[in-house]
Amino acid sequence: MERSQMYRQLANVRKALFDQGFLDEQFVQLEELQDDANPNFVEEIVTLFYRDSIRLIQNIELALEKSPLDFTKLDSCMHQFKGSTTSIGAKKVKNECTQFREYCKAGNGEGCKRTYQQLKKEYAVLKKKLEAYFQLARQIGPVDGACRPK
Amino acid sequence: METGFSSPRTDAFPAGLRVLVVDDDLAWLRILEKMLKKCSYEVTTCCLAIEALDLLRERKDGFDIVISDVNMPDMDGFKLLEHVGLEMDLPVIMMSVDGETSRVMRGVQHGACDYLLKPIRMKELRNIWQHVFRKRIHEVRDIESHEGIDEIQMMRYGSDQFDDWHLLSGHDLTSGKKRRDVDSKHDDKDLGDHSSAKKARVVWTVDLHQKFVKAVNQMGFDKVGPKKILDLMNVPWLTRENVASHLQKYRLYLSRLQKENDLKASFGGIKQSDSSSKDPAGNLSLPNSIKMQQNDSASGIYGMPGNKTLPQSVDQKIHESDLKGIVSLSVMETKKAPIHDIPDPSKVSSSRMVPNHPFGQLEQEVKYARFNSSIPKQYAWSQVPEVQFKQEHKIHHRVENGFNHLPLPGLQHHVQVDFIQPTPSVSSRPFNKEREKPASIEIKPSYNNFSSHQTIQVAPIGTATNLFPVQSESYAISFHTPAPTLTATLSMKNHGLNQIFVNELESAQRNLISGNCSGFASSDGDLISCLLQGNSYATNVELQNKESFNHNCPELFVETPTCLNDAQRFDYDYPWESMEYPVIDQGLFIV
Repeated sequence: MERSQMYRQLANVRKALFDQGFLDEQFVQLEELQDDANPNFVEEIVTLFYRDSIRLIQNIELALEKSPLDFTKLDSCMHQFKGSTTSIGAKKVKNECTQFREYCKAGNGEGCKRTYQQLKKEYAVLKKKLEAYFQLARQIGPVDGACRPK
Repeated sequence: METGFSSPRTDAFPAGLRVLVVDDDLAWLRILEKMLKKCSYEVTTCCLAIEALDLLRERKDGFDIVISDVNMPDMDGFKLLEHVGLEMDLPVIMMSVDGETSRVMRGVQHGACDYLLKPIRMKELRNIWQHVFRKRIHEVRDIESHEGIDEIQMMRYGSDQFDDWHLLSGHDLTSGKKRRDVDSKHDDKDLGDHSSAKKARVVWTVDLHQKFVKAVNQMGFDKVGPKKILDLMNVPWLTRENVASHLQKYRLYLSRLQKENDLKASFGGIKQSDSSSKDPAGNLSLPNSIKMQQNDSASGIYGMPGNKTLPQSVDQKIHESDLKGIVSLSVMETKKAPIHDIPDPSKVSSSRMVPNHPFGQLEQEVKYARFNSSIPKQYAWSQVPEVQFKQEHKIHHRVENGFNHLPLPGLQHHVQVDFIQPTPSVSSRPFNKEREKPASIEIKPSYNNFSSHQTIQVAPIGTATNLFPVQSESYAISFHTPAPTLTATLSMKNHGLNQIFVNELESAQRNLISGNCSGFASSDGDLISCLLQGNSYATNVELQNKESFNHNCPELFVETPTCLNDAQRFDYDYPWESMEYPVIDQGLFIV
């Protein structure tokens, strides 16, 4: 059946996201919080994250353009952003954040800039993957509640 | 969330626990809301700390617990934590993605009852009710430990700010009465009862407290006894025990003020000095020889030099840097053992500390001071204000070296009156919420002077303890965290706290506050509340921070200052303003 195929496809996409290290346990927590009252909870949170984090990323970018670099400020901005990434379980992005903070502590400006580029890349990649994932889920979505055993 | 006061659900506890979540991260706010709802709690969310405080103030009894993120743009989470603890006395849980020990420690020091690391799991949230429960139990115990006196009320009275507190936490009055009525019915439902007060509470209203103070002053603070006070007050329904308990708290409060003054004085006096010689009071039999430069300034103080202008200018300039300098000094100091150690200015320069709470250390110290100030009680309490000032300066020896560049005595004067600004302490914050901090603003000027050289030497913790062996270990220990030096110096001062002096101090503080009543802007409010808090904090360390502080300037003025030092007042105003912003930025908050 088409639907069951879609379910399988969805499950595979989901599994890949975990296996490839894009997402961590937090994402599962979000899924567990999803219920009838909030049937699109996970997507809501991811959307909130991507919306909210734009300005955080911009802050970092601006701070990186200053010369000389203010590592304290950079660290602080990144700290905020990192907190945000933990909300959806964005594992790879979070790791880049951690790396970035290490470079801040060491006062390594080049390291920070490099890591930041990497971070932006991971951030964008994950966004695309999640968008695709949710789109697929939505296709199956409406039926989901009816199929689930109460 | 229901509007108005929501009453706690006693029957289904912990279900229905009223939680306020504060986090600037919208995704987390939503997640936490969902998680808490799953735990059957009643959730209110807020993405701004200021909003959260407003909400809490509006609905005095509307929440059982607060969960807040540490990093927020409009206000430092620790600051919010302090405010909440002081004003509302609610358990606060901190959250952060950063689990570094120092941060967690800071959270605990600021009074957080727990510190959660993000990402937060459901199971962690399920158990937060234990903090509410624990607090209630403790409250009951506290109350029961005082015969018939409402412990919490007493503790909250916070001296002259008491009335403000009443205004702010007006619910105490009404709820107190309400509780009294329902006490009998709710004995079994203590857990559910938000206040869990079992005994009838004596509400120390402003009037009542004023009568009390008048009676005390009439007889002389050191000679007075509860029975006499009771007679003088002529309040039929008041019992001797009520007065005794109140007197005890009042004394502690005065000691704390004394300490703060000392601390301030030490900062202010830090100038090059050297032994100053005149130690007006000989009461302090402090062994310390370290005479801060203040000694010199101290002598200057005697005359209450009209160096008002000095402080102001000083304040303005150094203020921030000074604080930092001070802080760093404190930090440095703490590491040293010998009292006379004078840190190398160069070392101090890089303030390692400080982080958001520049005054953290001070707080600590202040606390120490507070504690120590109790010692003075043993001394004669009839010091003349000026003398006290001087003495304070003297005591702070340690600062000698650092004070070479210190400003004139005038500053000291200035300093004294003001509350000491807590030196920011990065980590060590005593358990008590930093109540003393608020006062710190005033001290700034003096600090400022110092900071320029960052030579302020704070006595290492060790010294503090050495100095006051009498002091209960618990206090020393609790305060024992970095930057004890300031407090140490404070404690040293133990000269008898003159009642008048205290009054002056209070009035001066009030002046300061009034002078600065710019309404409750977030930063202003913080400052003011800080000040208030400094004034009104119960002196008891062990007491839970139950004071509530009025954030509105006008309400602060309980009594017209009897302070004769207009100069002081004058000084305050200036430094206040100049310091205000920097202070705020630094997150002075002891509130």
